[in-house]
Amino acid sequence: MTKIQNAVIGSVRTVIGWVPAGWLPGGSPDPLIERRAAIGRQASRLDGPLKVTGEARFAAEVAVDNLSYAALVHSPITRGRIMRLDTDAADAAPGVILVVTHRNMPRLGTLALIGMSDMSAIGNSDLPILQDAQVHYNGQVVAAVIAETQEQADHAVSLIMIDYTAEPAKTLFEEAKATARTPASVLIEKNHVTVGNAERELSRSAHIVDNVYRTPPHNHNAIELHTVTAMWEGDGLLVHDTTQMVAPSATALAKLFGLKREQVRVLSPFVGGGFGGKGMWDHQIVAVAVARMVGRPVRLTLSREGVYRIIGGRTPSEQRVAIGADAAGRFTALIHSGYSVMPPYGACPEQYTLGSRAIYDAKSFEFLQRHVDLDIVPNTFMRAPGEAIGTFAVESAVDEMAHAMGVDPIDMRMANIAERHPVSGAPFSQHALKQAFTDGAERFGWNRRVAEPGSRREGEWRIGIGCAAGSFPYARMPGANVRITLHGDGSATIACSAQEMGMGTATVQVQHAADRLGLPLEAIRFELGDSDLPASPMAGGSSQTASVAGAIIAAAEKLTGEMLRLAGNASPVAGLRAGEVRLTDGGIASIADPSRHDSFESILARAARDDMTVTAAGSMPLEMFKFAMHSTSAVFCELRVSDVTGEVRVDRLLGSFDCGTILNPKTAASQFRGGMIMGLGLALTEETLFDGRSGRIMNASLADYHIPTHLDVPQIDVMWTDIPDPRSPLGARGIGEIGITGVGAAVANAVFNATGKRVRDLPITLDKLLPD
Amino acid sequence: MTIKVNGQDFPPPDDARVSLLDLLREQLHLTGTKVGCNQGACGACTVLLDSRRVLSCLTLAVQADGRSVTTIEGLGTAEALHPLQAAFIEHDGFQCGYCTPGQICAATAMLEEVAAGMPSYLTVDLAADRITLSREEVQERMSGNLCRCGAHNGIIDAILDVAGEHRP
Repeated sequence: MTKIQNAVIGSVRTVIGWVPAGWLPGGSPDPLIERRAAIGRQASRLDGPLKVTGEARFAAEVAVDNLSYAALVHSPITRGRIMRLDTDAADAAPGVILVVTHRNMPRLGTLALIGMSDMSAIGNSDLPILQDAQVHYNGQVVAAVIAETQEQADHAVSLIMIDYTAEPAKTLFEEAKATARTPASVLIEKNHVTVGNAERELSRSAHIVDNVYRTPPHNHNAIELHTVTAMWEGDGLLVHDTTQMVAPSATALAKLFGLKREQVRVLSPFVGGGFGGKGMWDHQIVAVAVARMVGRPVRLTLSREGVYRIIGGRTPSEQRVAIGADAAGRFTALIHSGYSVMPPYGACPEQYTLGSRAIYDAKSFEFLQRHVDLDIVPNTFMRAPGEAIGTFAVESAVDEMAHAMGVDPIDMRMANIAERHPVSGAPFSQHALKQAFTDGAERFGWNRRVAEPGSRREGEWRIGIGCAAGSFPYARMPGANVRITLHGDGSATIACSAQEMGMGTATVQVQHAADRLGLPLEAIRFELGDSDLPASPMAGGSSQTASVAGAIIAAAEKLTGEMLRLAGNASPVAGLRAGEVRLTDGGIASIADPSRHDSFESILARAARDDMTVTAAGSMPLEMFKFAMHSTSAVFCELRVSDVTGEVRVDRLLGSFDCGTILNPKTAASQFRGGMIMGLGLALTEETLFDGRSGRIMNASLADYHIPTHLDVPQIDVMWTDIPDPRSPLGARGIGEIGITGVGAAVANAVFNATGKRVRDLPITLDKLLPD
Repeated sequence: MTIKVNGQDFPPPDDARVSLLDLLREQLHLTGTKVGCNQGACGACTVLLDSRRVLSCLTLAVQADGRSVTTIEGLGTAEALHPLQAAFIEHDGFQCGYCTPGQICAATAMLEEVAAGMPSYLTVDLAADRITLSREEVQERMSGNLCRCGAHNGIIDAILDVAGEHRP
């Protein structure tokens, strides 16, 4: 983002600020907030039977005739050039159809980098793919083999001989800091933000904490490998992918391969975990290109090592947080700045200071992020990018301040939690973080905490309790479209290209549509995961539910108008306008006189119609610019630390959430828990280890990168305020990423309470806690 | 010789390098068995070989020659769910659903192991006649099956639910 874009976004905010709230989306609360039946019900996933029986067909599981298999060669050097390339043995190996290198790869342009303006800009990198002899990072794809079977492709890959000339590479974060860039903006927010003179206020403060926190690189590690099956049918391209961005992928592939959008179809009905990692990377482009070269369908599944090599994860960070407080514990200064990796060919700025702008009041603020350039697989968005690691720094610092002042950490937060957005001054649409703390503290038994660190002990175990706050912005994306078809039997089909990767997309939107259209759950089908359906935005930023819901609202309004028109003069609802009716009991009824009711079935039958179809786009998400809209959380943790081994065992974890209406308690609880469990990994075990000498990832396997296992995960308690947000569809805000947010600090603060050791360097591994 | 898969006989593959996993997925199109790492680290490919759980990615198909393989497709169907499958739905023991078949196959065999008195790392009394299936025992015995969505609580709840039903 440039300074010009900063100015544009700033102007939009200013203008929207003058517009009365009633004119904007959410100006009058969604009527379904008050009038809901299916929404809020504890419904099991509609796709459950398919998933537990193995019948759900994931991307690599579609039977395809005449299929060929691909395998990739990854560069073992970090920067340099390919000098000699010998593929003779591979070419001659049994079953090999084609070996592809930069010599014979068709000439292709580069992807447009992920941007906030163009929804088809989804590149995680704009490096050329197999276009020249240059190597830009360790693991880069340098060759591919296509063979009759996977075994033959895998073997032939081992026969390719490549000599490289290595060039000096930037591999050390610490060294690269010296030449870090300072971007004008971070996503759509201005980067360097100052309110008052924070350094001066800090130096004058009665109490000061000023420390540096470090977080390591992480990988998403969805259990399903990245896999794509590409086939050309005439001039048309069909792609079975596992992607969080179905429609944008089709658009991006069309642009890259010079096709019309309607010539490309991307199918992705099930995604075996995403977390930000299942976007557009090099392998899809290689598969599409080579499928045309060999004239056959090609399936390209990355090895687990390959996922680490070419699918970027979360950047490492070094963050300074300085807090000044007056004698009463009110913040006088909050400074959050730091460094993270974003190579010039990358797209993800890891917005770790954005969350810190939205929780606490202070007399002065300063926020500033710097981008470090390394020769590295481009980092990307990973669950709660920014907030997951930003809250580790800030919420640790708040705990440090509370300890330094001898104040209870919750009291310290209560005294400083903002009533309006602390930086912009915008009103919160709805904000009950204080209640989340109060409710959570009571259920957790916070009063059992002993403030003096190292006070509680059972045998070899020292026991501690900690808490942290979390905040994650609401987002509703523009460009969400849905199609509603009402059938003659009174049932309905909702269709859009949206993604299902475990959130319960179809389940929750069927609940929504049931209430919106006045139909029973069983009467509604939801189709998704197909780029030929009306386009939905990518699943990201915890925005999909609100985005699709906004489109269903628009389509239901349109449908109401169309059905009223079709109903004609003989109808009990004749003469009523769209604003005077609601959809209920399988038809249209007058709001003033519900006995005036006409069923969808009879309206369609009288008009001799088989069905009625409408397509509509959700309104522009202007509510985001008028109001400060954030899901928030209070996280509580109790754990034990072994005196003997330094091992940490988490015994209890509670998340208390304020995220608006909870649409389905069963699937929402799972989302919250899932995020919190990834937070346990972030706190205690997860780290992608780069060898600073070679620039190569050393632990590129699930055996060496430690995600939480069953025995690591305690029973996790979750609760929520369930207060609707009057400005959002259904009163709901996002829940997919708030779960991980704050967990790192809650664990670190509990470790401090248990041991008196302040670990500012994640993950909190055993070596950091061994007795001195 | 033949490999019996869900009660049906199939010839072993021609290529000795073919894993049991790839035989199931690529040749027999039994894609309920999943591939998460192909190196024995994640458990997604767990199937039952003569009723014992194995990682099909680390098992060559020819090793199953003359033996009986049960995959998730052999445990139950959407119309007639295995009790564990039903319990996974009820307790929301999955999100994306990708590790799920491996979790269910592993749990099926794990309950048999417990019934046979096989101890785990957490079992205190190795001489006891019966294993007391605590929550931690189930967690420990299921820790070879990774889940990244974080459905751990629901998975363990589902298994305990089914184990409870079958307790004498």
